[in-house]
Amino acid sequence: MDNKSADILEEYSDKEYEFGFVTDIEMEVAPKGLSEETVHYISAKKEEPQWLLEWRLKGYHSFLKQPEPAWQNFELPKVDFQDISYYAAPKSKAKYKSLDEVDPELISTFEKLGIPLSEQKLLAGVAVDAVFDSVSVATTYKETLKEQGIIFCSISEAVKEHPELVQKYLGSVVPHSDNIYAALNAAAFSDGSFVYIPKGVRCPMELSTYFRINTENTGQFERTLIIADEGSYVSYLEGCTAPKRDENQLHAAVVELIALENAEIKYSTVQNWYPGDKDGNGGIYNFVTKRGICKGAHSKISWTQVETGSAITWKYPSVILQGDYSSGEFYSVAVTKNKQIADTGTKMFHIGKQTKSRIISKGISAGEGQNSYRGLVHVGSKAEQARNFTQCDSLLIGDRCGAHTFPYIESKNKTATIEHEATTSKIGEDQIFYLNQRGIDTEKAVALIVNGYAKEVLNQLPMEFAVEAQKLLSISLEGSVG
Amino acid sequence: MQRNKIPFADLYIKEKKHRKEDMLSIKNLQAKVEDKQILKGIDLQVNAGEIHAIMGPNGSGKSSLASVLAGRESYEVTGGQVTFDGKDLLELSPEDRAREGLFLAFQYPIEIPGVSNINFLRTALNEIRAYRNEPPLEAKEFLRLTREKQKLVEFDAKLANRSLNEGFSGGEKKRNEIFQLAMLEPKLAILDETDSGLDIDALRVVSNGVNKLRSNKNAFIVITHYQRLLDYIVPDFVHVLYDGRIVKSGTKELALELEERGYDWIKEPVTSESV
Ligand SMILES: Nc1ncnc2c1ncn2[C@@H]1O[C@H](COP(=O)(O)OP(=O)(O)OP(=O)(O)O)[C@@H](O)[C@H]1O
Ligand SMILES: [Mg+2]
Repeated sequence: MDNKSADILEEYSDKEYEFGFVTDIEMEVAPKGLSEETVHYISAKKEEPQWLLEWRLKGYHSFLKQPEPAWQNFELPKVDFQDISYYAAPKSKAKYKSLDEVDPELISTFEKLGIPLSEQKLLAGVAVDAVFDSVSVATTYKETLKEQGIIFCSISEAVKEHPELVQKYLGSVVPHSDNIYAALNAAAFSDGSFVYIPKGVRCPMELSTYFRINTENTGQFERTLIIADEGSYVSYLEGCTAPKRDENQLHAAVVELIALENAEIKYSTVQNWYPGDKDGNGGIYNFVTKRGICKGAHSKISWTQVETGSAITWKYPSVILQGDYSSGEFYSVAVTKNKQIADTGTKMFHIGKQTKSRIISKGISAGEGQNSYRGLVHVGSKAEQARNFTQCDSLLIGDRCGAHTFPYIESKNKTATIEHEATTSKIGEDQIFYLNQRGIDTEKAVALIVNGYAKEVLNQLPMEFAVEAQKLLSISLEGSVG
Repeated sequence: MQRNKIPFADLYIKEKKHRKEDMLSIKNLQAKVEDKQILKGIDLQVNAGEIHAIMGPNGSGKSSLASVLAGRESYEVTGGQVTFDGKDLLELSPEDRAREGLFLAFQYPIEIPGVSNINFLRTALNEIRAYRNEPPLEAKEFLRLTREKQKLVEFDAKLANRSLNEGFSGGEKKRNEIFQLAMLEPKLAILDETDSGLDIDALRVVSNGVNKLRSNKNAFIVITHYQRLLDYIVPDFVHVLYDGRIVKSGTKELALELEERGYDWIKEPVTSESV
């Protein structure tokens, strides 16, 4: 890229984060720090049964024992776990019976984010669970779903109303000791969403959760559990935002998906946590453990993620392909600009025979952003005829950013077929000139090119959100190029 | 019209200097790329309703002239002026030149994977409309226009829905340029070797398209190596570009002469002059 392009690149590198406001609302915040007492405090606040408290405590002890990982492709910032508050909830009421009881300030917060909570106003066919700091504030369309036996509620509520399901599956895919952040989550998780789709039911609407971190010095440790019983189908979407702050905030969520025989779960994420400013101050550390298990034969789990926010995004939504003929998919677009870092990818564990996986990863780096794809394809000895296809593309904008790929393959079965393709490209000056020549300015040209590049992934998103994600991609790259 | 009676552009410029239909006026244009002087003083006057052909040997600077007019950044203008519709063209950004009605059909059209041709065209059209303070075209109206223009230039609807030039054959890319031209209806279109790579039928189709699109309000600059194209798109003037200068201008007969005699007889005087 020539000088003029480089200048424009500089000029625009810091685009305002449009969701960076703070909601002024009275909060009940736990004292900073994590200890057995904190775990007891959270569990008591949530009026939890004894088994859950014990499970949390196991998580806590495992957290104490684990070292922080050292294999990632970035310098792990020191997180002072004792300087975080592990529980924050709007003071007004612990639990809302209906939307009318929710603080109007809260409702308007979600409305500002483009997430109307009143059911009439919702996008047709989308049910929403909104999580504000640590607490689920509203779940819409509950009654409609209930008619079909679908459970969609906050996980706290599920613990009370459906303890047998929660106890059976909680921690069954991501154990309390899985990794240090998952252990932290087990000890301190505050809320999150719970979904159960009964046998043979096709969930008639998109289920969606919006997460919002609001309070200072809090972490968000939500936990999501989705169970698709035999022959059922569900499509689930999570979105996230946070206010602008100079300090970093930790987000250590856990998502567990369980697909029984012939079931299908489609999980989509549009992640737009505050990324920090252009010099790398502030922003969310998005250290998340997401894993699904295709437990039954012919089941399917598909992860789609559009990651544009966070100072550091560090996660590997994975699939354990246990059932024969089961299949796993991972579609990802990760954008890093300014000083953002992403180290993301997936792990596909082929255990059953004739299992299939497909990985499409599109990294986009601009400014001084660093983008790593890290993926593992593991084929066990019994995974006859397992198949994997991986395509991992990197797009560079400017010449101060970086793209890295770390594909790992472990195959213990000779009948497996594993294909890997990788490309790295730059947005060409000639591409931009071509679009300019048709009356399209450089900013729009980049948006067009990037959306075209990410199309295969964006196409996987539910329709209502594909448009939103396209806009988000354009906005987050606004001005990254000349 | 009397224009055929005036064979040389120089004369022509003097005659028509202040006429209203002046569209593009290039005076002593010089440009370099990576420290290499490519354009060494180009003079050219194009009026509304006219078709100018530019011919000349490989590497003489034809595409460079087109690029400089369209505003490609890698070229540095080192001298001269260009006015387009009364505006200083060289002051405008590439996108504003396009919005003012300058269109370049590229010699080598660019592929943009994943961006649908139609989506791209809609964006382009609406950007141009916004520049003129016109509201964006409604989806329905846009589709109607697309169909109409597809028919006009016989462009395959399947190609219109594919990613922009991605995996298009050479000829398909060229035809896409003409489709875009038809959609955007520029005042001045520069066709850079649009004929090369076209089969005989396609050549006829593209030429018909251009002939249907031409009017007394727009103008074309047609860069080509082959007289054959000029049988279909009949130029008012033919210019020969050699070593960064227009060394000869004439009427369509000049193209026939070039076809017969090649460029050597034109090169000679320039070489001896510069020695
Ligand atoms: N980026 C560049 N760097 C160096 N030289 C260049 C560059 N771009 C063009 N040139 C040179 O400028 C000269 C004119 O090229 P141009 O493409 O304008 O020729 P042309 O008349 O269009 O030729 P053709 O008939 O082959 O299309 C050539 O010598 C070419 O090598
Ligand atoms: Mg050329």
